[in-house]
Amino acid sequence: MNPLDFLLEPLGYDFMVRALVTSVLAAVVCALLSCWLVLIGWSLMGDAVSHAVLPGVVLAYVVGAPFALGAIVFGILAVVLIGAVRSPGRIKEDAAIGIVFTVLFALGLVLISVTPSQTDLAHIVFGNVLGVSTGDLIQVAILAVVAIAVLLVKRRDLTLYAFDPTHAHAIGLSPRLLGAVLLGLLAVTAVVALQVVGVVLVVALLIIPGATAFLLTERFGRMLVIAPVTAAASAVTGIYLSYWLDVASGGMIVLVQGVLFALAFLFAPRHGVVSRLMATRARTTAL
Amino acid sequence: MTAAIAVDALSVRYGEVVALDDVHLDLQPGRVCALIGMNGSGKSTLLKAIVGLVRPTHGTVLLDGESPARARQRGTLAYVPQSEDVDWRFPVSVRDVVMMGRYGRQGFTRHPRAEDRAAVAEALARVDLTDLADRQIGRLSGGQRKRAFVARGIAQDAGILLLDEPFAGVDKPSEGTIVRLLRDLAAEGRTVLVTTHDLASVAALADEAVLLLQRVLVHGTPAEVLTPENLSRAFGLETGADR
Repeated sequence: MNPLDFLLEPLGYDFMVRALVTSVLAAVVCALLSCWLVLIGWSLMGDAVSHAVLPGVVLAYVVGAPFALGAIVFGILAVVLIGAVRSPGRIKEDAAIGIVFTVLFALGLVLISVTPSQTDLAHIVFGNVLGVSTGDLIQVAILAVVAIAVLLVKRRDLTLYAFDPTHAHAIGLSPRLLGAVLLGLLAVTAVVALQVVGVVLVVALLIIPGATAFLLTERFGRMLVIAPVTAAASAVTGIYLSYWLDVASGGMIVLVQGVLFALAFLFAPRHGVVSRLMATRARTTAL
Repeated sequence: MTAAIAVDALSVRYGEVVALDDVHLDLQPGRVCALIGMNGSGKSTLLKAIVGLVRPTHGTVLLDGESPARARQRGTLAYVPQSEDVDWRFPVSVRDVVMMGRYGRQGFTRHPRAEDRAAVAEALARVDLTDLADRQIGRLSGGQRKRAFVARGIAQDAGILLLDEPFAGVDKPSEGTIVRLLRDLAAEGRTVLVTTHDLASVAALADEAVLLLQRVLVHGTPAEVLTPENLSRAFGLETGADR
């Protein structure tokens, strides 16, 4: 086959074009957010919020409200519940997170089972990027642009919050507010991403690109370039592979991200396994 | 003269645990004060209460005669965290960290202006880190890391500097450098409050010392404070018997 056909043939289908645009947008916004999440140590929180939004999305669907609204309400509810379960001190934080998000996710599954249009909503769990409508695409685009704008405009405050919340407090900023902004963006971003990979795999998009970038650089500004670029490349590659191999597109996108992470983990210039081994060997021979 | 730091009848409880009990402490501007006590004596809690990170159960803190919230808004307070409270792998350069001292004065996006860059360069020169400004913060020695955070306070032009265990993990020559730096800052009229359990450095560093064990046991010059009897009270030693 002509390599140009490999690239151009899928673009003959409108659904493929919508899938490509949607997944690149979702991958980029998740990748930007992931840079902060991996540094703060909020991977599990990302997993929790992305699962906990499910009942909110289902209820929004039922009453005809925007998905993002339901997602934010339940994202906030999840965070409040996690705090409430943890605060008496008997239950540790990881257990509190595990209990709250799985129960809310279960509530979402139950709600889906009693909601008439079942097929539509089942896609939220596993994702169905090839079935994205123009309306879905517009909603994703608006949310993604808003989230990206907030992240980039407030990036210095958010980085300060991640690095040294005490200093943020000492100079009159509100760490609580900055944390709430990040959690709100997490809920919005989960809605964007679940169209592409589904609730179950959203957390991959929210962690892997930031972790990959963190292996490759010691500059936050560069992370904010590397993470979205690798995520967008993974999205495009994943969609093409899923077309030609006829496999699940959401799963394929995450697999490609996983491969890129593995390459960075092994071969990153400074923090990769290989270069660290070589550095150790150089030290031992020098002795 | 208005005290730079005025702590009045301050008590802090965490549930059943009494961290601070009826603490009184007045610090005049331009002084270096060492806050001494064992682990769990309430040193860190007192710093946190001054920053406003813990809510007093009772009592008040005033900074330059104002509430801590007002002082924070005005950028009066600089805080140098304990080493173990910092993620040293965080992808920021020394210059980035010092620039964070300017955020309170900058616009909505914290975009640095020429005057911010100048203040950061000056602060870096002051702590002798100009050559290392573009290093990742974790690629500094223990003493250099502390100086980077002090530079952040200088760039902020804070009148009150709070340092939590600045000499932990710092070698002796670097400790001397930090002591001179803090003395210079106090000579400019800034107030420096340092928690430490490194008693050897106190005499060279501080104008006054406070022994803390939930309450203020003694407050005076280092010579007055660092007597064997006082230390055995503060550190709960049976005058060397269980050594």
